[in-house]
Amino acid sequence: MDYLSLTEARDALRRGETSSTALTQAMLDRIVALDNDLQSYLTITDELALEQAAAADQRRANGEDGPLLGIPVAIKDIISVQGVPNTAGSKILEGFIPPYDAFVVQKLKEAGAVILGKTNTDEFAMGSSTENSAYVTTRNPWDLERVPGGSSGGSATAVSAQMAFAALGTDTGGSVRQPASLCGIVGLRPTYGRISRWGVVAFASSLDQVSMFGRTVADCTALFQATAGYDPRDSTSLDVPVPDFAAGLTGDIRGLRVGVPAEYFIEGIDQEVETAVRAAIAKLQELGAKIRPISLPHTRYALPVYYLIAPAEASANLARYDGVRYGPRLPGADMIDTVKKTRALFGPEVKRRIMLGTYVLSAGYYDEYYGRALKVRTLIKQDFLNAFEQVDVIACPTSPTTAFKIGERADDPLNMYLADIFTLSVNLSASCGLSVPCGFDSKGLPIGLQLIGNTLQEATILNAAYAYEQATGWHRQVPTLTVQD
Amino acid sequence: MIDTMTQYEPIIGLEIHAELMTNSKMFCSCQVVDSVQAEPNTAVCPVCLGMPGMLPVINRRAVEYAMRVALALNCAVQQHNIFARKNYFYPDLPKAYQLTQYELPIGLRGWLDIELEDGSTKRIRVRRVHMEEDTGKLTHLDRTAVAAEEGTLVDYNRSGVPLLEIVSEPDIHSGEEARAYAMKIRQILRYLGVNAGDLEKGVFRVEPNISIRPIGTTAFGKRTELKNLNSFKSLADGTAFEIARQTEVLNSGGQVVQETRGWHDTKRITFSQRSKEEAEDYRYFPEPDLPPLAISDAWIAAVKAALPELPDAKVQRYQADYGLSAYDARVLTEEKAVAEWFETAVSLSPSSPDPKTIANWIINNLFSLMNEHKQSIDAIRVTPAGLAELLELVERRAINNNTAKEVLAAMFTSGQSAPAIVQAQGLAQVSDEGAITAVIERTLDAHPDNVAAYLGGKERLIGFFVGQVMREMRGKADPAVVNRLLAAALAARK
Ligand SMILES: [Zn+2]
Repeated sequence: MDYLSLTEARDALRRGETSSTALTQAMLDRIVALDNDLQSYLTITDELALEQAAAADQRRANGEDGPLLGIPVAIKDIISVQGVPNTAGSKILEGFIPPYDAFVVQKLKEAGAVILGKTNTDEFAMGSSTENSAYVTTRNPWDLERVPGGSSGGSATAVSAQMAFAALGTDTGGSVRQPASLCGIVGLRPTYGRISRWGVVAFASSLDQVSMFGRTVADCTALFQATAGYDPRDSTSLDVPVPDFAAGLTGDIRGLRVGVPAEYFIEGIDQEVETAVRAAIAKLQELGAKIRPISLPHTRYALPVYYLIAPAEASANLARYDGVRYGPRLPGADMIDTVKKTRALFGPEVKRRIMLGTYVLSAGYYDEYYGRALKVRTLIKQDFLNAFEQVDVIACPTSPTTAFKIGERADDPLNMYLADIFTLSVNLSASCGLSVPCGFDSKGLPIGLQLIGNTLQEATILNAAYAYEQATGWHRQVPTLTVQD
Repeated sequence: MIDTMTQYEPIIGLEIHAELMTNSKMFCSCQVVDSVQAEPNTAVCPVCLGMPGMLPVINRRAVEYAMRVALALNCAVQQHNIFARKNYFYPDLPKAYQLTQYELPIGLRGWLDIELEDGSTKRIRVRRVHMEEDTGKLTHLDRTAVAAEEGTLVDYNRSGVPLLEIVSEPDIHSGEEARAYAMKIRQILRYLGVNAGDLEKGVFRVEPNISIRPIGTTAFGKRTELKNLNSFKSLADGTAFEIARQTEVLNSGGQVVQETRGWHDTKRITFSQRSKEEAEDYRYFPEPDLPPLAISDAWIAAVKAALPELPDAKVQRYQADYGLSAYDARVLTEEKAVAEWFETAVSLSPSSPDPKTIANWIINNLFSLMNEHKQSIDAIRVTPAGLAELLELVERRAINNNTAKEVLAAMFTSGQSAPAIVQAQGLAQVSDEGAITAVIERTLDAHPDNVAAYLGGKERLIGFFVGQVMREMRGKADPAVVNRLLAAALAARK
């Protein structure tokens, strides 16, 4: 069972070779065995999981079937599950139990998926290593001294180490694609608005998007299919038809136009990463794709634009955590003092971004910073629209490096911010993107290939990734982990 | 010291906040409840409590209400609407930002004509009308009674209630004008069915910005913003007080401080309020959770077509079609319900009694009964049809005017019809000349001195005789017949 993918597990369920209860119990056992070392889960919902598994088995016995019926998955601890703590990796939400399910959780429950627990995240999803979690430090399954990436590092590690068949994360600037790359799995960041944000703790509202991990493209696709769709409660949710993505995984990419942006092969990129990604692009060509150079001229502005817009929105989004209505409250001399003391529960990176965001929105600075950032964001968007007139897919590295060591960048925020330099543009534009494993460096650490598609063209990048995956088989390599008895 | 006092001109702009009477809140499906009567925190949900991951959805009915107001105030309705986050921290604001239309409001550049006390009208320009959401309410408890951290209670029932802000240009120059403008706005909102207009409950809040400048100059002076005005009288008096105070400050060589001042309703003075923050910076930015709201031409046209007839139009029509005086027309149209009551009564009496008579009866008699019993037009038991029926009895001389007043009072308390009351109480008018002559003769016989005095030239004694006769006949005699026969009888005794 250890090496079953989600789709293989589903086939086994369909053939009656296993039950959801057995799969769930196996996952829970594995979590107990491994997660002391890996620290990917903040909450394990074992009781809920076994109940849901029994219910799924019952549904199957009644003749129901579905791509996720009885499949155990993990949820990033920033996505609300009714009755289960939702901390967003922050002390300021310690003990907070939402009385509602996020839209995506509702969809998963309807599909009969089993929820194993809530996974670790950088506080309020602010980070690229999951080290900013106020609770635990999640390890990379390929090297326990290294970070899994972030902010959805808990989900990435859980999927990579097979402590879940797939997992939900959120991707605001690369928070699913970058950890997918660092953990050697597939991570999809759909188009903004493809999936409802209802019930997902907001970091930067115009950039946040529920995203997902799978060990294979098909696994990731299954989770995407189940969670995509219009939700009238999210006014930014797109009321568009959702195609059958699994049916689109043909593996045929002959004639696919793949653009390679010069701006993404810059100085500072790890040589081994560049080599692996260029080899992957050559493989796409071998599979029938047409490779052509393209330019995304405003790429170099993506990082500064992102670090103006995201903190600005975050500074407003996080102002509500005052201990008045929910979450911990640290009593002070009076009402205002109480709020001040309570807000000291925010961690340093969160405080840094709140201050940055407050500053760039201030009177006298708005035009110079936030206002200008919005204008440049439009130019970045336009870059992609121009590119997608010539190509169907853009191929580039997901992350400039492989997994770095725990603590290595913790005190160097700017260096940490560079971890997302290749992923941010997707969030700033109206594109979608994914990361698919494309090899290993000399230390045995995974490397990811990023494929970017035009608005709502997830099917195109998923099929390209699928063709590449089937042709290379990197996904069959899994980290060696010692299961403790 | 001799000093010629400078003459100042007050410059006043009004900000009016009006809660919209929609069924549900601005961005969630919670019911809008009476925030004074409802149990605290019973009309709340995760959205209006600002819980993590909750998102706003625009209430289209609230937009429609806002559009009604914008159109009624002659604004240009904007088709591209954006909500912004107005960031400030206070525990009654769950998200720590208020969603409000900042750069792109729904209505721009409107105007409103107000009537001044001398009967003239004045046009006040409306700068903008924009949509936003209300906050919750804090109650500060006595610190000595409970522990400090429990010293403030918060009720979020009002949090997220749709709110309309109507901002005038600084075209107002006195407390009286401020009052007239605010009352006219309230009247229109009530006509549009979008606001109850209750100042005490805070569903209609008026805040004037007041400054003064030497007459003949153009630069604006430092202004103060006035709060806590819970009646129109407070608005007029507070504004007048503030004008006088600023005049005194400047005349004594001082400087007006730009600040928020409160109105003390019992002391009837304004006082400096602690400003929340020095020069507050709200860090507005477009709300990323809401795409721009597009308002189509068709939607605007539909709302416009469904607007009710507004007070000014009614006043003109009452004068033109019914021959009412401007004053009577204004009185009848002050409240839409009264105007509708009046119009129904008129429609039920196509020719006679004429609208003017109906108007007089409402203004002179029905209103005093309503005042006396403290009932609004919606609550009274007299129906427009009932009044029409009563006035027909008068018209047919079945009862006289004085009797009709008594009958109306009886209708008001009992809810019975005029004919039923007339019949039950035997109030039908007596026009039988024989019966009236008999009473007259008896009366004259009983008062020989007065008869002599009358015949001797004291003709105003006629009133005395009429009164005696009417009393004898319990008010039912036809006054015209009495007058005629009495004059004849007196002449006969000359
Ligand atoms: Zn609500």
